[in-house]
Parts: sequence; structure tokens; C-alpha cells
Amino acid sequence: MEFFRIKGDLPIMKYALWFNVISFVTFAIAVGALTFKGLNFGIDFKGGTVAELRFAKPAEVDKVRVAVESLKTGEAFVQNFGTAQDVLVRLPIVKDVSNAQMSENLFAAICGPSRPKNDAKNACGEGAEKVELKRVEFVGPQVGKELFESGALALLLVVAGIMAYLAIRFEWRFAVAAIIANLHDVVIILGLFAIFGWEFNLPVLAACLAILGYSVNESVVIADRVRENFRKMRKASVDEVIDNAITATMSRTIITHGSTQIMVLAMLLFGGETLHYFALALTIGICFGIYSSVLVMAPLVRWLGVSRENLVKPEGAPKDPLEAEKILP
Amino acid sequence: MNRYPLWKYLIMIVAVVLGLLYTAPNLFPQVPAVQVSTNKAAVKLDSALMGRVEASLKDAGIPVSYSALDATGVHVRFAGGDTETQIRAKDALLKTLNNGVSDGTGAYIIALTNESTTPKWMQSMNALPMFLGLDLRGGVHFLMQVDMKGALDRAAERNAADIRSTLREKKISYNGLDRAGDTIAVRFSDAAEREKASRELQTANPDLLMREDGSGTDLRLAITLKETAKKKLADSAIEQNQKVLNNRINALGLTEPIIQRQGTDRIVIQVPGASDPARLKDVIGRTGTLELRAVEGHAGKNAATVDAAKNGNVPFGQELLSDRSGEQILVKKQYIITGERITGAEPAFDGQSNQPIVRVTTDGQGARALRDFTSQNVKERMAIVLIEKGKAEVITAPTIQSELGANFQISGNMTTRETSDIALLIRSGSIAAPMEIIEERTVGPSLGAENIERGFNSVKWGFVALALFIVVYYMIMGLISAFALAVNLLLLIAILSMLQATLTLPGIAAIALTLGMAIDANVLINERIREELRAGAKPQEAISSGFEHAWATILDSNITTLIAGIALFAFGTGPVKGFAVVHCLGILTSMFSAVFFSRGIVNLVYGAKKKLEKISIGTVWRPNDVVTRPAVTSGASTAISESK
Repeated sequence: MEFFRIKGDLPIMKYALWFNVISFVTFAIAVGALTFKGLNFGIDFKGGTVAELRFAKPAEVDKVRVAVESLKTGEAFVQNFGTAQDVLVRLPIVKDVSNAQMSENLFAAICGPSRPKNDAKNACGEGAEKVELKRVEFVGPQVGKELFESGALALLLVVAGIMAYLAIRFEWRFAVAAIIANLHDVVIILGLFAIFGWEFNLPVLAACLAILGYSVNESVVIADRVRENFRKMRKASVDEVIDNAITATMSRTIITHGSTQIMVLAMLLFGGETLHYFALALTIGICFGIYSSVLVMAPLVRWLGVSRENLVKPEGAPKDPLEAEKILP
Repeated sequence: MNRYPLWKYLIMIVAVVLGLLYTAPNLFPQVPAVQVSTNKAAVKLDSALMGRVEASLKDAGIPVSYSALDATGVHVRFAGGDTETQIRAKDALLKTLNNGVSDGTGAYIIALTNESTTPKWMQSMNALPMFLGLDLRGGVHFLMQVDMKGALDRAAERNAADIRSTLREKKISYNGLDRAGDTIAVRFSDAAEREKASRELQTANPDLLMREDGSGTDLRLAITLKETAKKKLADSAIEQNQKVLNNRINALGLTEPIIQRQGTDRIVIQVPGASDPARLKDVIGRTGTLELRAVEGHAGKNAATVDAAKNGNVPFGQELLSDRSGEQILVKKQYIITGERITGAEPAFDGQSNQPIVRVTTDGQGARALRDFTSQNVKERMAIVLIEKGKAEVITAPTIQSELGANFQISGNMTTRETSDIALLIRSGSIAAPMEIIEERTVGPSLGAENIERGFNSVKWGFVALALFIVVYYMIMGLISAFALAVNLLLLIAILSMLQATLTLPGIAAIALTLGMAIDANVLINERIREELRAGAKPQEAISSGFEHAWATILDSNITTLIAGIALFAFGTGPVKGFAVVHCLGILTSMFSAVFFSRGIVNLVYGAKKKLEKISIGTVWRPNDVVTRPAVTSGASTAISESK
């Protein structure tokens, strides 16, 4: 089988400006959504209590909502989670209520009088009336803040690490272009999470960082080809070289991303609610990863003014990039 | 050119064998078991106990399939292997061994556990299954914040009392003493007195930091703890809190609790399989106290009063308590000192008799109170009482041999294990610093089982679909790639098992994602080989240069992925860290399997053929001979000679 029967090279660079405009517009929309709507942070970052309840019969969400409101916690969410029997309750941090006590109070409120006193078990009621507490999470405000800070720090570290590596391995222009292209992916993931109000939690952050590392692969593969082509295609213009590199790696790019997407799709289908947003973030990241490495990174490198001399060092020339700069006109 | 030397094949075989060996334990099921252990010094874990356990289970009609005795206690598994038998067995053992006491004050801890059925020979090679995280097996996770300011304030309060008495003892006149937070301010009207006080206080307690302040007749001495002493205090407070928590959770009959320090002032508690988080929360939040009290009556003194007390006639101001060996003694309700005055307790050996002893240290005020009491009560007994949940228990009631001071020792016919336990109990009786739960995650066991299934299904179906696609697209070369991917999965699980890593749901997600990313290397290689063939290279050359050209790219792309993985590991917490570990390891194993391993198989399949005419790598399409290209797009492998 061969999906990619491409004759000649795709004239990507000819339309580079258009791609950059499209990128810029999507990027602006994403940033706009992030500024005006903001991310729907999960309790990992915001603090609060989350409880997952399973009812023996399809849950009456309105009844649960009334029970939750009796706790007077202010902003509280009650919604179905996965199946009709499962209900997810989200409560904010309440100042005077001992945080550990919150889940207890909640369970007591939902079970009502059917719950025997001093019974601390995870379930109440019998038969069709049974309610089971499947999961409770409580995150205090300071923990949430720390998780947020360490997440931001991790992002910075990844960006700095990848840029440094690419700058050493290739050239600063590739480092800058690759990081812009891939941050563009991450911003679009975040933007979509903001637009649709999907919950942004720790696994989603992990997915964003994994995507950042993964998407850079594409840029590396293309950069590798560009360098190789500069050596081989002595007479070709820079645009031709880049076009050829993209065309030659196109097949691999799509097949690889498709393969990864097969795995992510399995997670999306079988992974349940816990992995849902994680897999969703990966899916967006993979789709935009193809686009950004091919159609954002390459034009950017061109605008930054890459040339044969940047990548193919003359024999005996000093390896120092600063020295290499001087060869430029 | 495409041949591996023998040693390379040997490495491949060894890798697969080791991979199988260390992956295998994960396939053996975990069966419900009961563990009988103890936290009491006087109780022995020996074969007699094992006999008792077996006999009582036999009486209860519970068939035992396996029983063993080791340092941690007696382990029993059951023929039925279901949790119902397990709970029945626990109830039966509670009745016979502990007289039905289940609140942790009985002689034994009878805990429900899950034991791996991995064969002994595998266990002896350290081939053990991975730990399952709380999200996969159900359980409770707490993050406790220790209130260090509270601990420092309490220490300052104790120090203030010590300073007062030192000043009184040395007859230094001062105008007053105030404590604000962890700073104590002493006021003087005379500089010489202040000078003297500073000197004397420093000798009495070298951990104090003095700073002179004020002028004229309002002279002050601001006293705080030195930074090193503060750190020591914080460390020991955390350590003590950890021990208290450990004892309490053990007493509930929950095994395998993980209680770890995190950062400077936090403690993580993880209890797998806990069915009752509310009770656990209650136990964790309790503050027990320790008291030293006078013994008023025992078998050798006022025996008649003790007998009367046993019949309900307890004298006023006293109470009848039983010690750990079951002896009932009468003790005063009024304490001599409380546990707060005890600064340390450690097991040691007596310098002369070489007997195991417990060495106890108290602070200045405690020492004075003890001295006052013991000087008048030599040869009497003194009880060390632990009060928890309003229930008092005598840990030990030794005889006073001489007047005691700040340092004294408890001796008697004790084994080293008993002394270390008594020391631990004295130290762990009361929490050193207040704590607060700042994070809680509870996962019910049913959700845990669901999560395992979800994770497993994701990996399984993802792998099947991926392998199918790769085989259809790249034919034999695809089959080899799929095989290399399977080896990758095998090695990854083997390494995680060897490291005894904790597998969580994000960890399983990372396995799936890593497999999806790892195939990239094989795609790169296969695409490169196709490209070489397209350019007219001979099959053997195409394989060789395909692998070589792809290698640099694979290395580059894996390093960038690794950078992201390491950053996640460095800054991630909990589930994210688990994700990062699996991700990083998966990248490393994929470089081995996708490049070294799949090359080996390719060499084995094609390398020996000198006049190789074609490689089964799917369609090699050439733009310049579209017309002659056979119509076959899938199924049959296309020979390179066909398209010439």
C-alpha cells in the first residue's frame, strides 16, 4: 500500500504567506478565548472537592442538586458523568468548613435519613436505592497554587530545553521556528479547551507537554531533511530545498501521526472519563502538530532567512555558530 | 552487509528472556489473604502462633491453601480464593486471637491483604509484579500539612518555662518575661544581670539564640531558637508525626500504608484498599497524649486494694488500668509529667549489665518534676500511660531504682525488640505538631477495577489496530516493526516491574501513547528504505542505508521527546510523575527495540540472501513509471523487479 503518490514537489513555500495568515488567525482566536473566557480549571489547580457517586438506578440529578445546595457551599456543579447512574459533584473551597469534612457532609446530605448514624462506609441505602461513593478528591488552595506553578515551570523548562537542543544540533533559526510552531499547537489546544469549557486538569497539562515534545519530532525530521538537501541539491533555491524536504517527509509525517492517533483513539474509546480529556488534548495536538510542523515551521524558517551556509558548514570551518554567522553576507 | 555478529543476536535473546521473566509476575493473579502481625513488644510471631492461626481457621471450617511465617507475620491464603472467605477468616481470627477486639488495642493486627501468587523461584530473583496505584486498586491518599509554626510556638512555650526556672535557680533578677510567637522577651533593669542571664541561659541550653535589645532601664533579651535547632525540631516533629500515623494506621489492620515525608513540612499517606476513609480520617486526626503517673497498687503492693478495685471499688483519684501483659495495676489519675516534656526516647544497652534498655530524655521542667517525685519514691513503680480516644493504657510500669533527672533509663527483662517498641511508643504517643489534611483522593475499589479494565483495553485495542495497519501497509517489514513494538512493550513492562514502579492510570496511558510514538522510528526506517528503493538502490543496500539514514533522525526526535519527559518528571506530582516515568523509559526502550532489535530481525530474514531481489515492504511507487506500475495496491508484496 502507498497512500502518497506525489509527483514532483509540493509547492508549499509558494503559499507560505497564506498558511502564516491562517495560523495567525487561529492563534489569535485561541489567545482571545483564553483571555476573555479563560480555562475551566479542574480542582487540581483551583482547589475544591470532587465526588463521583454511583446510583443503583439512573440518578435523579435534580434531587442530588437540591441536596448539594443544602450544603450552602456557593458555586457547585452537579452533572452526569459517563453513564446515567454516575453523577459528578464539584464543590468549591469553603472557608470555615474543615476541608476533610466536606466529602462527609456531602455524602450525608445525599444519603439523607436512609443513612444510619456513625456509619462511615462508602455506600448507603439498599437495593435500587443504593448510592456508592466511588471517588472523592479534595485539593486545598495552596496545593492547587503549587501545582499550577510547577506546571508553568515545567512548560518553561521544556521550551528552553528543546530550543537549546535544536540550536546546538541545527541552528537558532530552526530552534525559534520549531518552538513557535509547537507553542502554537499548545496554545490552540488550550484555546479549544477554553472555548468548549472542557476541564483543564493535571493529565491535560501532561498531554500538552508530551505534545510539545512530540511535535518537535516533526520539525526535527524536516530540519534534518533540509540540511541533507542543502548538501545534495547544490543548485536548488532555498524554497525548492524546503519544498523537497517537506514532500519527502510527508508520507512519514502522516503515517506516524496516524499511528499515534490510532493509540490515542483507543484511549478515547476505551479509556473512560478519566482519560477522556487527556486523549482529547492529544488528539487536537496530533492534528495541529502535522499542520504546524509542515506549514508553520518551514515558512517561519524561511522568513528568518535560513540559507545553505547556515547549515552546511564549509570544510574546516569553525563549529562555533558565532563564527558561522560571520560567513553570512 | 546486513549481518549481525553472534553477540548481537545473543543480546537480543537475553533481552527477550529477561523481558519475559520480569513481565511474567504481572500475569499471576493477586489473591485475597490475611496477615497476622503485631505492634506489641511482648507478643511473639512464631510457629506456635501459626499453629494457633491454622487451628482456629480449621475450627471455623475455612480451608487454608497456603500458610507461611516470616518476619512480618503469619500469612494465610484460602482454597476458595474469594474475598468472602477472607473476611470470614479475619472475623474468626479476631475472635480467637484478639477476643474479638478490633480497634487496634488487641494483641494482634489482623489485616486483609492481597498477595501475589508469583512462584517462589521468581520472587527470589526479584521478579515481582508492579505496584498498582490507588487509582487502579482503590484506596485513600492524604496529604498532610504539618503546622511548623505551631510546633515552634509550643517549643518556645516550653523554653519560656525553662528560662524562668533557670533564672530563678541562678537568682538572677528580671522584670518580666513575654512570649510572642516563637520569640521570648525577658526584661531587665540592670545590664550586668542581663549579661549574667545571657551567659547562664546559654550554658543551660546551647540551642538558644540571644539578642540584646532596648536601652536605659528598659533592657531586653530577645531569645529564639538557633536555625539549626529549629531545623532539628522540625525534622523530629515530622518524624514523630510520621511514626504516630504509622502506628495508628497499622493498628487499624491496614497493611502496606505508605507514609512519606514530602518537602519540608508535609506528609503523604497512602492506604490502598481502605474501605472506610472516614474512619481513617478520624484516626489520623487524633491527638494522643502520654503521661507518667505514680503506681498506687499492684500484685506486690496494696494487693487487697487492687482486688477490691477489680470488683469495682476503685479508690478516689485513682484508676485501674491493665498493662500490655494483661496485669492490672492501680495508678493515680494525676500525672507527674506529660509526653510533651519528653524530648526523646531510644533503645540502648546498659553499660554494665549489657541488657537492653530504653533511654528517655526530658526537658528541664520535666526533669525537675521527675526529680521531685522519684527522690521520694525510690523502689516504687511508675506507670507510662498512653491516653487515646479517652482510653488509657499502661505501656510499661517499671520500678524506680534511684532519683531520676533529665536523662533516665527504663530497664527490666526486655528483649531488644521490646525496648525499641517501647521507645517508639513513648516517642510516638503524642503528635509533635498539629496537622491538617490539605489534599485528599479517595478511589473506591470498584472504580479501581474499572480503571484497570479501561487502561488495559486502551493498550490492547490500540496495539492491535496499530499492528494491523503497519502490517497491511509495510507487509513483512511491517510485521517486523509490529514485533519490535511488542518487544518494546515487553521490555517497558519488565523494566517497570524491576524498578517496582507504581502503575497508575496515567501510567497506562503513557504506555499506550509511548507505543504510538515509538512506531515513529519504524515508520522512519521503512519510509527511508522505500525511498532508497525508489531511487534505484539494490535491496540489501536499501536496508543498510535506510537504517543508517534514519538513525540520526530517530535520535534527534527522541531526545526532544525525552526533554519534555524529564521536565514532566522534575515538576510533575503524583499521577503526572507516573506518566513521565513511563514515558521516558518507553522512549529509551523504543530506541533499543525499533533500531537495534528490528534491524536484527531484518538481518535474520534478509541478510543471509546474497542475491536478494525484493523486500516485502509494500508498494514502492515511482512517479516516473506510473503506466507500468502494477495495479496491486495492497495484499501482495510488490517486487522491485516488477516495476523496472
